[in-house]
Amino acid sequence: MTSDIAAILALDGIATGAIYVLVAVGTVLIFTVTRVMFIPFGDIAAFTALTLAALETGQLPGTVGLVLVLAVLASLVEVWSLARAGKARQIPKALVFYLLLPVLIVLLARLALPLTPSMPVRILLALLLVMPISPLLDRIVFRPIADASVLLLLIVSMALHFALVGLGLLFFGPEGVRTQPLTNAAFEIFGVHVGGQTILIVLASIVFSGLLYLFFGFTLTGKALRATAVNRTGARLMGIRPARSGAIAYLVGSLMAGVSGILVAPVNTIFYDSGFLLGLKAFVGAIIGGLASYPGTAIGAVFVGVLESFASFESSALKEVIVFSLLIPILIWRSIASPHIEEEVEE
Amino acid sequence: MTRAQLAAVKIVAVLALAAAPFLVSPFSVTLLNYIGIYSLVAIGLVLLTGVVGIISFGQAAFVGIAAYATGWVSAIQGQSPWLGLLLAIVLTCAIAAVLGLVTLRLQGHFLSLSTIAWGLAIGFLFGNIDGLGGFNGLSNIPPIAIGNYVLSEGRQIYYLIWATVIVVLFLLHNLLNSRLGRAMRAMRGGKTLVESLGVSAYWVNLTAFVIAAFLAALSGWFYAHLSRFISPTPFEPLAGIEYLMMAMIGGATSLLGGIVGAAVIIFLKNAVQDYLPLIAKGASGQLEIVAFASIFILFLQRARQGIVPFLTRFLPRTQPQRPEAAAALPLRKQPAPGEILLKVEQAERRFGGLVAVNKVSFEVRAGEILGLIGPNGAGKSTMFNLLTGALRCNGGSIVFAGRNIERLSQATIARAGVARTFQHVKLRPRMTLLDNVLLGAYPRTRSGLFSGALRLDRQEEARARAEAMRQLERIGLGDNPFELAGNLPLGNQRLLEIARALAADPLLLVLDEPAAGLRRNEKQKLAELLANLRREHVTILLVEHDMEFVMNLVDRIVVMDFGVKLCEGDPAAIRNDPRVQEAYLGSTV
Repeated sequence: MTSDIAAILALDGIATGAIYVLVAVGTVLIFTVTRVMFIPFGDIAAFTALTLAALETGQLPGTVGLVLVLAVLASLVEVWSLARAGKARQIPKALVFYLLLPVLIVLLARLALPLTPSMPVRILLALLLVMPISPLLDRIVFRPIADASVLLLLIVSMALHFALVGLGLLFFGPEGVRTQPLTNAAFEIFGVHVGGQTILIVLASIVFSGLLYLFFGFTLTGKALRATAVNRTGARLMGIRPARSGAIAYLVGSLMAGVSGILVAPVNTIFYDSGFLLGLKAFVGAIIGGLASYPGTAIGAVFVGVLESFASFESSALKEVIVFSLLIPILIWRSIASPHIEEEVEE
Repeated sequence: MTRAQLAAVKIVAVLALAAAPFLVSPFSVTLLNYIGIYSLVAIGLVLLTGVVGIISFGQAAFVGIAAYATGWVSAIQGQSPWLGLLLAIVLTCAIAAVLGLVTLRLQGHFLSLSTIAWGLAIGFLFGNIDGLGGFNGLSNIPPIAIGNYVLSEGRQIYYLIWATVIVVLFLLHNLLNSRLGRAMRAMRGGKTLVESLGVSAYWVNLTAFVIAAFLAALSGWFYAHLSRFISPTPFEPLAGIEYLMMAMIGGATSLLGGIVGAAVIIFLKNAVQDYLPLIAKGASGQLEIVAFASIFILFLQRARQGIVPFLTRFLPRTQPQRPEAAAALPLRKQPAPGEILLKVEQAERRFGGLVAVNKVSFEVRAGEILGLIGPNGAGKSTMFNLLTGALRCNGGSIVFAGRNIERLSQATIARAGVARTFQHVKLRPRMTLLDNVLLGAYPRTRSGLFSGALRLDRQEEARARAEAMRQLERIGLGDNPFELAGNLPLGNQRLLEIARALAADPLLLVLDEPAAGLRRNEKQKLAELLANLRREHVTILLVEHDMEFVMNLVDRIVVMDFGVKLCEGDPAAIRNDPRVQEAYLGSTV
């Protein structure tokens, strides 16, 4: 391996890693606020790419159907639980969030489609269409078991991922897509050819992580989320509703995952099931950050990207094996580094 | 239900299984074959998930290793499938042992995440190793043959599969009712308790992990030779989730749950494949996954317990037999009364800047009850944890029965003869009183995996049961040994902990605030028991908060305050010591 190749591989790895950063940060956010290891963020990213691709060709994306189905389900669950709790008066407000808002977004997409919107509008539409998915899933799947153990939530999360893959095939079909490049610019940096797309990916990753930092540090909602992450009961006593914090966390996380989907779509061909590996590799990054530290997560995700890049140069067939085998020493290190308070799972 | 009736039910079930191939269609026989094959994996997961409490997403990878091993031996090397079985088992168990050795020290969800990691990594290997058919798979795998009798028909292999399942059930059932099996059942709910009983949690976990992998290997071997073709797909993470689903829906706390779960999933799959195309043409494949994942999620939200445990509640319970008298287990040689049993010298423990135990020295003599008292934050609990190995000293030495123990693990110290109780009672609420006390006898008994599974341990087991029964009677809970420990009031739970500790035949009994939270009459009962133990010359170290309780009971007292030893002496002298009064009341009265 010459230094030229090494530089290209490193650059490639950083770009891949930057995409993982966005998904990984969302994963950490969800985990700290809700204790759910939300594996399906990779699927959200893939769905965003598929949505954008459909919008480019002027088709109504499959996301529309998915969002409508989930909105109806979530509304049913919410109405049922409110009615049972004797809070029938809150039903109209709940329906605004769980039914009206998603339907409005879908309508917007439907109306905008014949106008052949420009690329920024398409991107915005794709993000808007995808963002309701995980909050709705949260309402349907995770909210009823919010107090269950981390492990149970993990099993549910895995099952949910496979349900989403099936739904993805149903709504998006088996074809792979690749969207138009966001930029055609190219640069020479220290004699190495760097695509504008690569720079865009890294920049977007930095910008969105920065925004997240500002959100947490300087807004009341962000602080409420942090409080929920530290201590659910304590936050509840301070008048913060964990369910609402959870919904916000899912929205923010979806946005990050959506952006990563938009960024990756012009570079890689995305299929309905591409999200699994994307999500899991981001997850490896999140684990390097101990599922707690955002800077640690970002470093971890970039590390995974670079490792993958070099691994695929050495042996492209075994790169996944290498990346996931690496997780075991990382887990051992994390397990030793963070003394664990025994979660008493007494039946 | 009497034992005879239970045996009759079992015989009828086995006969029904034996007759099934003649009564149902060949297609149903194929389904039954797959149920048998999958239930082997699910039974392994029951042991791993339901009994020991390790949630593994990666069992499909073990099935795959075995299937590819036997596929390679029989289809590529042209050797006998039986040689394939040998390689499948050896390879799978070896890989499981290595993975287990590396990962089983991981805690909580880290451990489950590691199963996803190796499950994925191994899953990706199958399609990418040269010479194993790649993603097209490996065909022409020969059927199993016994001598010249080739098991190529579903009906022929049926008996081999189900005989294996029944033997596995029998062996595991025996195992779970043996010494090792009890330790496995006690693993759920935290390692602290099992370690304090002299059990190495790591080795128990590893044993269960390798057994589960062994069962997955059997399943993989059958799978390869029944379907005669293998490809990477059935060994990918989706299948791992499916196995977990079988074990949990069937009921992860019951061995039968594995079979029931496998049956439910396979029949459901079959039904879904029959009916989904009627609802949605052309989309049934993906809807199947969606339907299954949704069912599983609903199950995890609403039921969790599983089918078999749910049904057993409605069945009449069989009355277990009370332990009969048997020869006593071997006893330790107790030290002569007055001899120094435990010597703590200049023990020190720091947490960052805080010195929780600061150069504390004292000794416990055989046959006495020593009280270790002090106000909140005095360092009693830290001292206690140093003695039992839950924490390590930063300095000083602790010598127990002539042996330095300050560097030993909890389990080793427990085996050396220190038995403890917990301030927050640690029992296994779903196990019977007898089983809880039997856990205490673990270090006094020897039988292991094979003697437990093959019932070669019955003589030792009878002696241990008799010993546990004696201890239950000693604390006055001998009336109902098959009551569940979780049903006892707190006072009796404390007594049960003491019985468990006594069953270990300890040299030193260490009690951590045994009177905390007890009512007055419960305290009296406890005090009576301890007074009786003193008459029997049991050496006791009592860490306690309740002065009144301690004063009437102990021979000598050591007082700690702010991490240092304040003073030492007989109860009367301590009561009148101005330093002690100041420590407890704030200033001299």
